[in-house]
Amino acid sequence: MSDSRARLLASSAALLAAALVLSSCGSKSSDDSEAASAGAKSCVDTSGDTIKLGFLNSTSGAMAISEQTVRDSLLLAADEINAAGGILGKKIEPVEEDGASDPAVFAEKIGKLLTSDCVAAVFGGWTSASRKAMLPVVEGANGLLFYPVQYEGLEASKNIYYTGATTNQQIIPAMDFLASKGVKTLFLAGSDYVFPRTANKIIKQYAAELGIKIVGEEYVPLDSDDWSTQVAKIVAAKPDFVFNTINGSSNVGFIKAYYEQGLGPDSSPIISVSIAEEEAPSMGKDVTGQFAAWNYFQSVESPENTKFIKAFQAEYGENRPTSDPMEAAYTSLYLYKNIVEAAKSFDVDDVNAASDGITFDAPEGTVTINGDNHHIAKTGLIGQINSDNQFDVVWSSEKPIEPDPFLEGYDWWDSSAE
Amino acid sequence: MDAFTTPLLTGTSTAAILLLAALGLALTFGQMGVINMAHGEFLMAGAYTTYLTQQVVTNTDFSILLALPVAFVVAGLLGVALEGGIIRWMYDRPLDTLLVTVGVSLILQQLAKDLFGAQGDPVQEPGWLDGSIPVFGYNWPYTRIFTIVLALVALAGLSALLRYTSFGRQIRATVQNRDLAETLGVSTRRVDRLTFFIGSGLAGIGGVAISLSSGTNPTLGTSYIIPAFLVVVAGGLGQLKGTVIAAFLIGVLTAYLTDWFSGSIAQVITFALIVVFLQVRPQGLFTVRTRGLA
Repeated sequence: MSDSRARLLASSAALLAAALVLSSCGSKSSDDSEAASAGAKSCVDTSGDTIKLGFLNSTSGAMAISEQTVRDSLLLAADEINAAGGILGKKIEPVEEDGASDPAVFAEKIGKLLTSDCVAAVFGGWTSASRKAMLPVVEGANGLLFYPVQYEGLEASKNIYYTGATTNQQIIPAMDFLASKGVKTLFLAGSDYVFPRTANKIIKQYAAELGIKIVGEEYVPLDSDDWSTQVAKIVAAKPDFVFNTINGSSNVGFIKAYYEQGLGPDSSPIISVSIAEEEAPSMGKDVTGQFAAWNYFQSVESPENTKFIKAFQAEYGENRPTSDPMEAAYTSLYLYKNIVEAAKSFDVDDVNAASDGITFDAPEGTVTINGDNHHIAKTGLIGQINSDNQFDVVWSSEKPIEPDPFLEGYDWWDSSAE
Repeated sequence: MDAFTTPLLTGTSTAAILLLAALGLALTFGQMGVINMAHGEFLMAGAYTTYLTQQVVTNTDFSILLALPVAFVVAGLLGVALEGGIIRWMYDRPLDTLLVTVGVSLILQQLAKDLFGAQGDPVQEPGWLDGSIPVFGYNWPYTRIFTIVLALVALAGLSALLRYTSFGRQIRATVQNRDLAETLGVSTRRVDRLTFFIGSGLAGIGGVAISLSSGTNPTLGTSYIIPAFLVVVAGGLGQLKGTVIAAFLIGVLTAYLTDWFSGSIAQVITFALIVVFLQVRPQGLFTVRTRGLA
């Protein structure tokens, strides 16, 4: 009897695996057909007094909590722009779609937005997987996508504008900050997927250049919470700093295990690239004194940021924090407006021809589009968490850093090295 | 010495959590043969119960103790609802049960997201669990030791129930020969329902322990469900001692492999070893010999 049960479990597992393989194949073919069916000819209607823009964010599934904040800031920016007269005198008409936290759905929905809703541009996406899924579709349709999240770099498409940081605007400034603190030894802790692996590859090469010794490198699967064995290695290695590229809820298990071993900001402080204003309060431990690298903090002092926070909280509630991706999304819509008004056209080729050097006085400071790689120049900031779970800016690159997604300007970088 | 003992200690803590996740399954899957993929979400329900209890009873020293029975009942009732509403209609269709309970688990995850948000909520540990005791150079956190104690208490309670109470005898009778048990006057419907209540309730207790080390989040159950099934299958169905030994071996082995290689490699090697083990010994570590015809 038990034999047959064990066999049943095995065959059931095989069935599940088969279903997963099938569904991923399905997603692939839908990408291709979307890309193929989309002609390069635009169907965007610019004759009326409104212009349609697609907002593609996940409002269901695992990523909804993050992506809804991006959607909220996009809608806020659209309202503000419409109240001020719209883009080239045309009011924005948002067409919202749910990416459902599924790259295949993102690919399908951006195809629909570009070719049947005929929107002039799409704003959204969060995970690198969703962006990679949308890339062939938006290129096939010669459309426009504005992507608002910091990512692992090594990409540039003429049909995508990247308004979050690439690695030389977040990872490299974080390393410069560590060097300025006199850090000699560094421990790397990350989730096991593309962003931490790529980030750590860059960190290791730059650390060699800066004379910082890497005393450990640990990865844990994205869905795993158990960090106790790895944290014991940190205790044994006694690094000057821990570079944390863990993503999502796995951070909680890491932070708890870290404090349980008597570590803290005084012994081996942590610098994170995925803990922001919204994540800091839900760690289960007081994380005061730890560090994070971003390009925007709610605490940034500028008239533009005061206006942004005030407008956001008036619309969505006083307790809502603002964060880096939200600011990058808000900024992306204004940048689009400024490009279109410089090009005096909604046409994708005209927009691309006019985009180089376009600026916007964003809440994070003035940002400028690089017409070659479609990223934007941003200032690198390091924040230290205070007792209100806000970040005090303790280091800044002082001026915006030119985006360099392929790290061509860094002679220590060797993309082929392991 | 440190390098050798530290993984043993962290692995034992991991094993305790695995055991708490697997004990309930040892009952509902091991004894009743129901493949309940929503069992992980009962762990999640236990974790959220801990969070909610802390919202109501703000004294964390006390609320964690209160959370244990409350989580047991909450998860137990979820289990009874699942058994009575869905599983009882498909006792003869295990593959359907598997697929339907995967659906239920997705529904429960979405429900948790809508109720609590996807961000996850912090669970404060009580003052008396704040701290650690140095053992061979490793600071063994009190929360981890508490988890081990909890697992042992749950194990002792369940074994005593199965061995010494009349209800325990009814469960064993029903498992060994359902028809004969019925002719002897055992209400097997009632036994099924209660077994499911206890099995799911144990997951609730496991959820309390998990929330102490990793807080709450809606997808918390998904990372435990497969290892928990593996523990039960590798241990051998219908045998608590197999489950205990399998949980201990898998927990400690994973810790050593993590120490020598990395977390991801450790998971791969552990799963591969279990696959090989089940090829050689499909019945698991221990087997029950019955005279049943089934």
